[in-house]
Amino acid sequence: MADDRSREGTETAVAEFHKKIKEAFEVFDHESNNTVDVEEEEPTGYIRFEKFLPVMTEVLLERRYRPIPEDILLRAFEVLDPAKRGFLSKEELIKYMTEEGEPFSQEEMEEMLSAAVDPESNSIHFKDYITMMVIDEN
Amino acid sequence: MGSGASTQHHFAFQNAEKAFKAAALIQRWYRRYMARLEMRRHCTWSIFQSIEYAGQQDQVKLHNFFSYLVDHFTPSSHNERDFLNRMFTEERSPRDSEMENCRDYESIEVLDSYTGPRLSFPLLPDHATALVEAFRVKQRLHARYVLNLLYEARKHLVQLPNINRVSTCYSEEITVCGDLHGQLDDLIFIFYKNGLPSPERAYVFNGDFVDRGKDSVEILMVLFAFMLVYPKEFHLNRGNHEDHMVNLRYGFTKEVMHKYKTHGKKILKLLQDVFCWLPLATLVDEKVLILHGGVSDMTDLEFLAKLDRHKIVSTMRCKTRKEHKKQAEKGKANQTSSAGRPSPWFLPQSRSPPTSPLRPSSQKAHRAGRSSSVPCRVPLDPNELSHWARHSMDLELERCRQQAGFPVIKEKEEPLPLASEADPEAEGGPEPTQEAWRQVVDILWSDPMAQAGCKANTVRGGGCYFGPNVTERLLQKYNLQFLIRSHECKPEGYEFCHGRKVLTIFSASNYYEVGSNRGAYVKLGPALTPHIVQFQANKATHTLTMRQRISRVGESALRALHEKLFAHSSDLLVEFKKHDKDKTGLITLSDWAAAVESVLHLGLPWRMLRPQLVSSLTDNKLEYKSWLKNLAKEQFSHENIQSSLLEALYRNRSNLETIFRIIDSDHSGFISLDEFRQTWKLFSSHMNIDVTDDCICDLARSIDFNKDGHIDINEFLEAFRLVEQSCSKGYASDC
Repeated sequence: MADDRSREGTETAVAEFHKKIKEAFEVFDHESNNTVDVEEEEPTGYIRFEKFLPVMTEVLLERRYRPIPEDILLRAFEVLDPAKRGFLSKEELIKYMTEEGEPFSQEEMEEMLSAAVDPESNSIHFKDYITMMVIDEN
Repeated sequence: MGSGASTQHHFAFQNAEKAFKAAALIQRWYRRYMARLEMRRHCTWSIFQSIEYAGQQDQVKLHNFFSYLVDHFTPSSHNERDFLNRMFTEERSPRDSEMENCRDYESIEVLDSYTGPRLSFPLLPDHATALVEAFRVKQRLHARYVLNLLYEARKHLVQLPNINRVSTCYSEEITVCGDLHGQLDDLIFIFYKNGLPSPERAYVFNGDFVDRGKDSVEILMVLFAFMLVYPKEFHLNRGNHEDHMVNLRYGFTKEVMHKYKTHGKKILKLLQDVFCWLPLATLVDEKVLILHGGVSDMTDLEFLAKLDRHKIVSTMRCKTRKEHKKQAEKGKANQTSSAGRPSPWFLPQSRSPPTSPLRPSSQKAHRAGRSSSVPCRVPLDPNELSHWARHSMDLELERCRQQAGFPVIKEKEEPLPLASEADPEAEGGPEPTQEAWRQVVDILWSDPMAQAGCKANTVRGGGCYFGPNVTERLLQKYNLQFLIRSHECKPEGYEFCHGRKVLTIFSASNYYEVGSNRGAYVKLGPALTPHIVQFQANKATHTLTMRQRISRVGESALRALHEKLFAHSSDLLVEFKKHDKDKTGLITLSDWAAAVESVLHLGLPWRMLRPQLVSSLTDNKLEYKSWLKNLAKEQFSHENIQSSLLEALYRNRSNLETIFRIIDSDHSGFISLDEFRQTWKLFSSHMNIDVTDDCICDLARSIDFNKDGHIDINEFLEAFRLVEQSCSKGYASDC
């Protein structure tokens, strides 16, 4: 019984996910042909909706890319700031973002710096930065 | 020692691992954030575009309304006949003899107290530069000089061919700019960044100089001034907005009348003619074709080069020679069928027959329709409309007549008197041929599409969508390298398509809202390779990050969307109730999204937008009645007016404004109470709006503020906040 209910629950969830995925896909499907280009100006590849849907459904069901809570994000920054100054220098941030984890492209780095860096001190006060970004999102 | 070293090593490793993980987490968070931002940007863009196109589809409604009048309304009184006559009076391009009257600008006196720029002819380069500077500091050009300049511009334009041929061997570079739409800041910025026009610096402006923005007059003055000063290097193409009928709807007429209260009419009259004399296209080195909209599979450059462009007064609609003959034959004979019935001259002629009169095609339908191509050659003759379309229209019209309470006329009276039959002139009649008109509409209104083929542009109601094969065929046929066109707003100010054979260039930055898009212009060097320059003419946006820019645009888009939702409150309520069979007062968000789309037909991602549109939920469901009430509260405060009436006004405001301006044929800015009542009565019955006669009278009387029997159009629209606040603030009154 519980199984049935949970299965039904999953089915409804999947149906909802499908609608959401379809909507999101269509936002980027400019030509309405169920395909999204990978690169904007010179398409180097395509993603077809039929392939996208099941993959994305799995991702959503497994809650793989859940939003990251503010406090965890803060702790991540603090790890990179062992001296507990409350900020990272511009060079430090660049080094971490472009050499560690899944490195940023130059474009990504520049865009992040444009909003994160305090021009007077040339550093990133990450607590303020996080607060600003979070407010903006909501 | 050894263990100490390995412990240190262990710690170091742990720290490195932690740092790696921390960095990865931050990157993941940031990328997710940017992805959402990108999504929001696309959604916002969709909102603006879909609302803009939905507005264009209003034209279809307007067309049907007037078709109804033409076909079935028989005026029962002399007044009514006059009233309708005003709407259907034929206009033709003024003859040369009439143009002479425009020289009477010489009699306009310029007072000593006038501190604005003064012009003397022939114009010198310094005058043109001084004019730019004067406008930059917000001065206004005196009506006398405006008329003088327009008169001289006309004289010059008359000599130009339909397709202007330009060579880059005389000037070192040539810069092509797209739509400006009255945004003077962008023009000034282009001149600042790229340099003023000169014999070494050629310019082509690709149409749509006017409408929407608030400085269309000034832009025209600058463009015409430089055209006169550097006739060989400065070129203008006609756009679909260089058209007095389009101007009625999109703001240029209003701007002229605001800035030039005394001489505005004269200016508009002269402009109407000047627009018809603008060249249709520019050809650079016989290799690069520059025109405003696009091409169709029937585009014939040789034909275009030979036709009489002056006869195309407006691309919206005109009586063409073939139809005129038909009418003369059928004239008094058959009253019932609308064969040969005149359509109001100012309405857009859609290529495809109206499918459902009251339902604008949604974007979704438009998207779905792309897979099947419809040939461009859809007949314009109403005779060839499908039986079904005719029949359903007839039924609908009959119902409207009865609802409107018009007396049933037993005997058929004479058809509406047509305007004076145009006497055939030596040049073979003042009207253009159907073919000529269609060719011009195609190059001024068409848009490129990704799919192969060529089909009617139902969104715009004119021109077509042309595919890469159409482009390829044209380029090969005339041995061209590529096409430069404008007509569509692009987020980056430009866009290549059709394998880089078509370049769209759009020069009005922040077109929808501050931060919505960049503007761009393109420079062609001797090898004709395009070099794009982008800009955004608003200092504020430079300091904003992408994040901030997007959020600001988003707010504006959302406001527009809120308004649209409000305008359909009654229909939405009906839809919501369908999803609430148990009458709980609640519906799921999924149902909400489905209902909203089925009413508004905007093809928007409602689930994405939901957080911005619906703020509070009960148990993950929406209390729809209170939600609708909140929408209403946001919009306005006129408690004494019936709310459904206001909703109807909102929904139809652009059409109403257009109709009013058409009725106010002498551009006085006033219409009589009677005219207002008649219009509203007819229109509301056609649009199925349920209002009583008393209500209409009350409405009319409450708007006649000074009780003199006349309604100031602008005050009326202002009173119901039907006009954007910024527009009315933008102008100061003048002579």
